[in-house]
Amino acid sequence: MSHVEKRAITLTVNGKNHELLVEPRKLLADALREDCRLTGTHVGCEHGVCGACTVLVDGKPVRSCLTYAIQMEGHEVSTIESVAIEGILSPLQQALHEAHGLQCGFCTPGIVMTFEAFLKINPAPSEEEIRDVLSGNLCRCTGYQNIVKAIQQAAAQIRRNADHVAA
Amino acid sequence: MKPAAFDYLRPSSLEEALQQLAAGGDHAKVIAGGQSLGPMLNMRLAMPSALIDLNDLTELAYIREGGAFLSIGALTRHEQIAGSALVQARCPLLGQAAKTIGHYAIRQRGTIGGSLAHADPAAQFPLIAMTLGAEIEIACHGGSRRVPASAFFQSAMTTALAPDEIIRCVHFPTISVHEGTSFQLFNRRHGDYAIVAVAVTVALEGERVVRVRLGLSGVSAIPQSCDDMVRPLLGQVANAAWAAEVARAVRAAVAPEDDAGITAVYRKELTEKLVQQALERALSRAKG
Repeated sequence: MSHVEKRAITLTVNGKNHELLVEPRKLLADALREDCRLTGTHVGCEHGVCGACTVLVDGKPVRSCLTYAIQMEGHEVSTIESVAIEGILSPLQQALHEAHGLQCGFCTPGIVMTFEAFLKINPAPSEEEIRDVLSGNLCRCTGYQNIVKAIQQAAAQIRRNADHVAA
Repeated sequence: MKPAAFDYLRPSSLEEALQQLAAGGDHAKVIAGGQSLGPMLNMRLAMPSALIDLNDLTELAYIREGGAFLSIGALTRHEQIAGSALVQARCPLLGQAAKTIGHYAIRQRGTIGGSLAHADPAAQFPLIAMTLGAEIEIACHGGSRRVPASAFFQSAMTTALAPDEIIRCVHFPTISVHEGTSFQLFNRRHGDYAIVAVAVTVALEGERVVRVRLGLSGVSAIPQSCDDMVRPLLGQVANAAWAAEVARAVRAAVAPEDDAGITAVYRKELTEKLVQQALERALSRAKG
């Protein structure tokens, strides 16, 4: 098919509605970066391998290079821009900072989004479980050691926060 | 890498999807999780005129037990299967395999119907369907039909699905609580497609092995049931020596081909090792 009309869609990102005019083939990743001007979502391999473009759709981690913006009508997309609130880093972001869990930072938004979701479901993961989930996010700088440490540190902090709220 | 232009349709019922598919001819393609089709579109290996998006058909996302079958709707995501207590209780082999598919984010989106329809020769669900003798229920305009896995998978990426048909669900025979199961695979990087994968169930009577279902992927264009190879070795005492003997027999019987980077002999060696490991694991669970 040589020509397809653009469509008017409503994309809900970080609680805000964006009215966009996009071709059906527009990747969610590209709509976020180019149309919503949210460039925190990084595009690496564009075929689902590297994990850099991972965002949350209805709270679940999803490759934004393997979904099309038009598919997201009626769903809630969350990006890295929603994680720190008023400049205060999330426990996971803070732990990545403290444990030197990033160097160039290109893969970091995808890792943060993946584990923001995962730690909500499993706040006490084993190292093996962390490494299983982390295998979906390629990092070429760190060798992963400090990312794993940061995730363990963040999980401990999230559990302490939950205890604090419960008490 | 951006996909070629396509039109986009979003049906709200399976019947509507079937009508759209029939109207679109050979050039329309259904998309569910998109975790295999997405890369093919991005790399322009697939250039459909239209995508028919099944993601609103949530009535096709379910796991139900009925009679001797566990029925799983086509839109059920890998992660739902991996985390399902019902799957763990009635068809643990399926849950064990689901946990190894791709990566965490891929499993949130990928669907069992998509995996079966895509029919990658190294994928997990086609292997489990073949090993257990699952039946695939296919919807077409105005009807449906059930096809056994052995007739559904025809060659690599080729199935019995006609261009105007959509998988509705898949029926897996349940596994008895007295059977031990194991799924083993080898790949070079965690989450990659397997080079070789093995799925087994083992049933014992006293010390003796009375039933084995054994499936293998990575040695042929479609997953292969090895039950015939194992049959002469039934009735023997279940121990490590028996597992090793079966593994040698399977290795001798399979005929993989050399391909870029992976030799046939390497696949045969992996086959022997993985079959032995899987049988030992399944035996210990059956004795459990």
